[in-house]
Amino acid sequence: MMDLHLQTMTELAAGLEKGDFSSVELTQALLDRVAALDDRLNAFVTVTAAEALLAAARADAARAAGNVGALNGLPIIHKDIFCTRGVKTTCGSKMLNNFISPYDATVVEKLAAAGAVVLGKSNMDEFAMGSSNETSFFGPVRNPWDLECSPGGSSGGSSASVAARFAPAATGTDTGGSIRQPAALTGTVGIKPTYGRVSRYGMIAFASSLDQAGVITRSSEDAARVLGVMAGFDERDSTSIDHPVPDYLATIGDSIKGLRVGIVRQHFDEGLDEQTGARVKDAIAVIESLGATTVEVDLPNIDLSVPTYYVVAPAECSSNLSRFDGVRFGHRAENAEDLLDLYCRSRGEGFGDEVKRRIMTGAYVLSAGYYDAYYLKAQQVRQLIADDFKKAFADVDVIAGPTAPSPAFKLGDKVDDPIQMYLNDIYTIGANLAGLPAISVPCGFVNDMPVGLHLVGPHFGEEVLLRCGHQYQQQTEWHKACPEAFQ
Amino acid sequence: MSLDKEQVHHIALLARLKLSDAEYAESVEKLSRIVDFVDQLSQADTTGVVPMAHPLDAAQRLRPDVVTETDNRNRYQENAPAVVDGLYLVPKVIE
Repeated sequence: MMDLHLQTMTELAAGLEKGDFSSVELTQALLDRVAALDDRLNAFVTVTAAEALLAAARADAARAAGNVGALNGLPIIHKDIFCTRGVKTTCGSKMLNNFISPYDATVVEKLAAAGAVVLGKSNMDEFAMGSSNETSFFGPVRNPWDLECSPGGSSGGSSASVAARFAPAATGTDTGGSIRQPAALTGTVGIKPTYGRVSRYGMIAFASSLDQAGVITRSSEDAARVLGVMAGFDERDSTSIDHPVPDYLATIGDSIKGLRVGIVRQHFDEGLDEQTGARVKDAIAVIESLGATTVEVDLPNIDLSVPTYYVVAPAECSSNLSRFDGVRFGHRAENAEDLLDLYCRSRGEGFGDEVKRRIMTGAYVLSAGYYDAYYLKAQQVRQLIADDFKKAFADVDVIAGPTAPSPAFKLGDKVDDPIQMYLNDIYTIGANLAGLPAISVPCGFVNDMPVGLHLVGPHFGEEVLLRCGHQYQQQTEWHKACPEAFQ
Repeated sequence: MSLDKEQVHHIALLARLKLSDAEYAESVEKLSRIVDFVDQLSQADTTGVVPMAHPLDAAQRLRPDVVTETDNRNRYQENAPAVVDGLYLVPKVIE
């Protein structure tokens, strides 16, 4: 029964199958860890201990009856952006601090149907707007590798939880890097699938043409296991794509001999921390040693990806967040003079600084006289960036590079400088703009802090990303390292 | 500063956000920097480029125009700040 928390989902699944321990025992062990250790990290907004133990008991009963789902009895954590029926769903905001979701997101439903046990809801940047978890109304999450550092964001509660061995997997969402950057900064695996691959129904919207749900785990194999359950068509999401879901686990052990790996020169230019770049180059050499070849590819417009994103995402956010009006749900200001005062004060009080900044940026770029120069222009540049990727994928199977420009930074370091914060997503945003799948895999340490290898694939190329990540992890031990205070 | 206080007031009104005086001062500075940053886009030659409508070139699906939702009004209104007889309450709109 020792050290269940150190096991991957794949190992835990085998232990449950053999009857070495029950899901109730496993769930209790992890809940005990959360109760003992989370005051150091602040990774949870809500712990659902009673519900988790009930779900675990149901999973044990299902197993006894021979009725076993793909994730039967395995513990997970949901980012607090996913609506969970009867459980507080805050999106990291004061605006939704009193919101009890009346329904489940499709992702929540699917994972529950597969037998997964939800330990609770993880902390996040407010409405997923941030790269450090410092914009959360519930306070920043701390990085288990160094409590003074950020775990990345916006899925920082998820990444910190998986790194701290609170659970083997946690869901996340990624609009510009919000799964992959926190994965890189905490030494975990994070996959953002193709746009439309996983249903957005019940996932609180930030920028609807960029948002995509994924998962943070410690191994690519575990990511394949969970993504296989999450992915698939959903008629309740109008942008969900009706495309078959392959069995990711079935091919993960296949060789990557002959794989063509693209390297983007601009991704190794100034702006990248030298030692981080060295770790990423080492990782690419390991992939080459497995029979892959590297090719230099050109993405001539990629340098414009961050400014493009900071027009498109705020524009969509200003539209999506107009639903928070103090009338139907969420925070409502007291003693409003009239309807306009009710709207303005409810929103002024309920949203934090960064969310207000993004809403106003969006309102500006969409406003009369500026729409063509900003919003339309950005959607044109976005098309150029997508075309560049399309051309590149004619010659390569994946594109490899760094996930983030440096290891985790100190909490407070970038909080006053929005542009510096935005540039943390410089290598990840392109995949969102073009709707491409991408994964971050741990590839070493710089000054004792983890860094990540970023792999981008063509549309619906999740299989090759997971296989490449798994083959790399068969050769390396970086993902097995555990922060000292959380062993 | 690429934006002035008056413009920020206008944007805040469009966005239905009430800001404090300190927030206004900060917003003028930070929004100006964001606008300067995204102004880089003007360098790109986008002559003849069709603005992206969907990252996978997919079209929006349509569904048959039939009722698919059941009535969950009571459950949904449990989250509402002010409700009477199934109606959402707002300050008086018509004098």
